[in-house]
Amino acid sequence: MSVIKPLSGAQAVAEAMRQINPDVVVAYPITPQTPVVEYFAQFVANGLVDTETIPVESEHSAMSATVGASAAGARAMCATSSQGLALMWEVVAAVPGLRLPIVMPIVNRALSAPINIHCDHSDTMGATTIGWIQIFSENAQEAYENMFLALRLAEHKDVLIPAMVMQDGFIISHGVENVKILDDDVVKKFVGERNPDRFLLDVKNPYTIGPLALPDYYFEIKRQQEEAMENAKKIYLEVGEDLSKLTGNKYPYFEEYRIEDAAAVIIVLASAAGTAKDAIDEMRVDGKKVGLLKPKLFRPFPYKEIRDAVKNIPVIGVLDRSISFGSYAPLYTEIRNSLFELENKPKLQSYIFGLGGKDIFKNDIKQIFEELLSGKVNPEEQKYIGLRG
Amino acid sequence: MTAATKGLFEVRMHGRAGQGAKSGSQMLAEAAFKQGKWIQAFPEYGSERRGAPTVSYTRISDKALRTHEPITNPDAVMVFDMGLIRAVPVTAGLNEEAGILIVNTTKSVEEIRQIIGFKGKIYVIDATGISLDLLKIDAPNVPMLGALVKAANIVPLEAAEEIIKATFLEKIGMEKVEKNIQGLHRGYEEVKNG
Repeated sequence: MSVIKPLSGAQAVAEAMRQINPDVVVAYPITPQTPVVEYFAQFVANGLVDTETIPVESEHSAMSATVGASAAGARAMCATSSQGLALMWEVVAAVPGLRLPIVMPIVNRALSAPINIHCDHSDTMGATTIGWIQIFSENAQEAYENMFLALRLAEHKDVLIPAMVMQDGFIISHGVENVKILDDDVVKKFVGERNPDRFLLDVKNPYTIGPLALPDYYFEIKRQQEEAMENAKKIYLEVGEDLSKLTGNKYPYFEEYRIEDAAAVIIVLASAAGTAKDAIDEMRVDGKKVGLLKPKLFRPFPYKEIRDAVKNIPVIGVLDRSISFGSYAPLYTEIRNSLFELENKPKLQSYIFGLGGKDIFKNDIKQIFEELLSGKVNPEEQKYIGLRG
Repeated sequence: MTAATKGLFEVRMHGRAGQGAKSGSQMLAEAAFKQGKWIQAFPEYGSERRGAPTVSYTRISDKALRTHEPITNPDAVMVFDMGLIRAVPVTAGLNEEAGILIVNTTKSVEEIRQIIGFKGKIYVIDATGISLDLLKIDAPNVPMLGALVKAANIVPLEAAEEIIKATFLEKIGMEKVEKNIQGLHRGYEEVKNG
């Protein structure tokens, strides 16, 4: 059974955390993640969870305390955005090497400077190379469900690496939508208890966590992390199948929307994908064969699967909500890499949109499709949507 | 195309921070949600400070909503503060045939039409007056909601009542909830159109 509620993305994720009932949550409030912490703090104050929350003075301390709790054997969570992620960076980068399955909801927000509170993906795109699983959510519903998926995936014995669950700042975090909420008992059964093989407070089986590893073993430990990532890719689908039995929704690496016969496809992450679907339906009525591919799992990245999905598409536009200064945009880079093995590659065009919360409209997306359909694309030129002249 | 035939009704609310336009958009959405609709309620955020102009939106649909773009062609616009009319293009994208403009003002429809130059349907309501009368504060959102219910008939008055109760009971107690429900009814009854 489930119930539909009007919830913001932030509320939906807080609700997921309430149902998960983690042992420890340490998060320092930062716009637009703040309501996640506020709602969760209410659950704690009202006795709806058994969670211990630890007040801290910064994100660096928040992630440090989360790491401590997780190493001690607790199921521990944190949550942040933008500058908060930047401030906790030192500790964030250490978590995968410590093999701690911390799940952290992220409400995507632009990085300073200039200071800006609105959505783009520059915060988490800066954290793609350090060994966290990254799952993007289109809406509040996906953000809610991805929390359970991320938790079971991160804690799987063949994975044991941390996971970020992203949602778009304000657009999703502060927008109220219909969200289907599972029964508490169903979630409780799905997430179970964290049962680590080894943990710091297991005094009968002492072990060391976070030791010095010089050239003798550092390299080997990093190689094991990569193996965990490879496993994560496989187990993501397995956990997704289990979750699917509860929600009725599917958890593929990416969503394909009307791409079978498409003459042009847009690839875009998160909330803009929903707007794109409406644009596609309207263009299809006019006989324009257009479609969408929306990656959900960004780390590990499903190169081969995306290659197979788009190999027959004549032209693809990749829309990035962040810039990778001095190089191709993050999503564009991955798509370009995915296609390398193909003999007949689709034509590609890179677009940057929505930095610092600049709105993207259905009409912008239609214009992009028209440009793609015209075939006038240049894979080495980065175009900008809605930029003031 | 009318709102009824397209199965979608979109509202844009212009207010000042502190006037409750954000909670107004949410209460409207939740009232529609109670009627089994798919809804979105979302504010535009700037650097929030009391008195600064705000915009919030409500989308009400018969089908699941996927878009996440701001509303550019609203079916109704609600203006919570007369002073905004000179500073903000409140009728932008509002259709002059089918669109509805509701203004919190003591002025008449004709006076507002002269100031704004909008040719479509204009409704006026002294929502601030009602709020001051009942609650001794300038919180025009609930009477404005009553006016919208009358003008657009998008949710039943009872559904709005239910949501007001759910939103406010814990925060302000039953006595003030009842005053708010009175405010809703007065907004509904006292709104005028021309």
